[in-house]
Amino acid sequence: MSQVIFIKGLMLGIALAFILPILLPPGRPWRVPGGIVLGLATGLILAALIPGGYLSYVISFLIMASIYGLLSLGLNTQWGYTGHLNFGVAGFFAVGAFTSALMTIEAPTGVAAQYTQVLFGLEMPFLVGVATAAVVSGVVALIVAVPVLRLRMDFLAIATIGVAEIIRLIFQNERWLANGPQPLRGIPQPARCLFESEGCAWLPEGMAWIIEPLTTRDYSAFYLIVVAAFLALLYLIIERACRSPWGRMLRAVRDDEASAAMNGKHVTYARVQSFVVGAVVMGIAGALYAHYTVAIDYSHFHALFATFIVWIMLMLGGSGNHRGAILGAIIIWAVWSGTSFIASGLEPVLAAIHEELPGRAQYIRWLLVSLLLAGIVLFRPQGVLREEMRVSNYLRKDGGSRDG
Amino acid sequence: MAVPGTDHEQPAAEAQRLGERLREMTRTRTFLIATLIVILALMYLFGALSGAGSRLMSLTAWGLMLGGVIALGSIGLTLVYGVMKFPNFSHGALVTLGAYVTYTVLPLLPDGPTLSPLSFGYEFLVAMVVAMPVVGAVAIALDRAVYRRLRRTGSHLVLFAMASLAMAFFLRSLIYLIWGPDFHFYYPGQPNPAFRLPLNIRVQGDQVFILVMAFVFVAGVSALLEWTKMGKAMRATADNPDLAGVRGINTERVIAWTWGLGGALAACGGVMYGLSSQLRPEMGFWLLLPMFAATIMGGIGNPYGALIAALIIGISHQVSTSFLDPTYGPAVAFVLMVITLLIRPQGLLGRDGG
Repeated sequence: MSQVIFIKGLMLGIALAFILPILLPPGRPWRVPGGIVLGLATGLILAALIPGGYLSYVISFLIMASIYGLLSLGLNTQWGYTGHLNFGVAGFFAVGAFTSALMTIEAPTGVAAQYTQVLFGLEMPFLVGVATAAVVSGVVALIVAVPVLRLRMDFLAIATIGVAEIIRLIFQNERWLANGPQPLRGIPQPARCLFESEGCAWLPEGMAWIIEPLTTRDYSAFYLIVVAAFLALLYLIIERACRSPWGRMLRAVRDDEASAAMNGKHVTYARVQSFVVGAVVMGIAGALYAHYTVAIDYSHFHALFATFIVWIMLMLGGSGNHRGAILGAIIIWAVWSGTSFIASGLEPVLAAIHEELPGRAQYIRWLLVSLLLAGIVLFRPQGVLREEMRVSNYLRKDGGSRDG
Repeated sequence: MAVPGTDHEQPAAEAQRLGERLREMTRTRTFLIATLIVILALMYLFGALSGAGSRLMSLTAWGLMLGGVIALGSIGLTLVYGVMKFPNFSHGALVTLGAYVTYTVLPLLPDGPTLSPLSFGYEFLVAMVVAMPVVGAVAIALDRAVYRRLRRTGSHLVLFAMASLAMAFFLRSLIYLIWGPDFHFYYPGQPNPAFRLPLNIRVQGDQVFILVMAFVFVAGVSALLEWTKMGKAMRATADNPDLAGVRGINTERVIAWTWGLGGALAACGGVMYGLSSQLRPEMGFWLLLPMFAATIMGGIGNPYGALIAALIIGISHQVSTSFLDPTYGPAVAFVLMVITLLIRPQGLLGRDGG
């Protein structure tokens, strides 16, 4: 096994070591160590067995799946735990992406300024960009929440579609803000210099040889670690929060507002809190997406495209179950990526029906995915992993205490 | 201070009462109407200030015409929303489907003479009349395949909304597959003369036709709801499906008729929208937000309300273009909708307490 393959496998393994412990069944002592070992082993084996081109496909698949996992996690806090019918995921996704982009890019000067207009470009580090994205997305959610969360559930769905559409329209029209309808290019990637020939200034002399043989093409493997780490961290935080009294309060508000209020819970605050927390997670997902794709524009955040697929992920995985939300994201992203092969495989058949059809094969993907959502709604609305109604880790299923 | 004194409670209770009184005052229809008038007046003011004073009358006229298109789409939506009690997100796709079916039927018919001052001949109306039941049948088929199953299992409203979102995407991708992503026109390259009205307003014959048609359909649907047996059954089903069933109304049949009628009206709205601009697969989605805004603002289930609200939305949409980028149109409709929901969720013509 050459050094390049080993390092790539190691990076993939580290990323999987972040993701797999989430997916393994909870409540077992071997969950985390087992997941880490399994992840590292899988990464190395995959790198050894799969040729380079396919390996980068696997890596980019996992990056997008993790970003969608974050979106699904955020939506689960809003919908699964509190029952906010948020059909405007794309809006918060876009806010996060554009905020982080503006915080980290270099403001164009000279001739470039005529082609790229931005409100500001602060050249801040990546993590500052992500943190700002989280904050701004949360603030937008707070502003939206005040008038909108009071509405009845069906009105809330319509209103959030409207919010996402307006956010998209703003990024589409306002040239001064983030280059309007033109894409915003040159979003910096964290620690990309590691993979460039001159290397990073901050890297100690003795370390350089480790990643020496890697080129910028292998950068995505490193970025996968970043995204996977964010996914694991946010999963941990959100899962903790939702298992705490706060999460039980959210469920109480969702299931019976009146009795939650009677037990001294401030229903409005609880609803606003969960909406903002969900939006913060979506904003972080947006930031990670922006730094991954390097160039973003409004069309990436189509009101229904970014929202619709996240809803399918959550519905399939199981609303009210964070593990399910992330599992659903991975499954649906796999299905979505798989349908592109189906669509291209169907091209000869389509060509036999009509000459123009093969060019439209991509729409078959939407057709299949929409049928999938209809199928989930009709036949398994609770999703693959049901919501766990367990109140405490220290209670046995029969209601007795573990300590006896 | 272990025991709060009565002196301390007194002002608090009064403040509470004042707050309640204020809330009661702002929750009235009058207050909603006044707010909408103030917003419209402000829009005209902004328009005049940004130097579009001379165009404002024309914009108002075009706004009325656009309101006609929105109204045609909203009648079906308000009907389905009223009876089925869930927001049907696939209505936009039904609108698009109607426009495209007409586009396909049109070349099969012999070309008639152009009905001056309109830009189309009899064959266009015939094509529309063919498309309406087709889309109605599609709507009924979707109900049979999806929504009826959900009704049988007594599913939550959310699942209906999700299913309708899925059906919106299903229809949308079908439309993309069959007709492709390109723009189309019913009569490409045909001149569409505008005639001049006083106050320097120019309108096309087609636009007046659309507006008249919106009025006719609204009156027709209202009459249907008011006087026919099926309309009464629809209202009964909307109020309480179980009770309607007990009284011998076949609610499944009523629901099927509602879907059929809603789909047919959606098709009509799509055809008129396609006539006034062009056909593109996203047209229905663009219209979805204004249609929902009109439905909610007018009061769910109320065709007259939908018409009035659609005209208000159309006018504010057009007048707002004098100081805003025209693509912000859906945003204007959205803001009006949220204001309505905050002041009076049952809308302009909705019943109290609902």
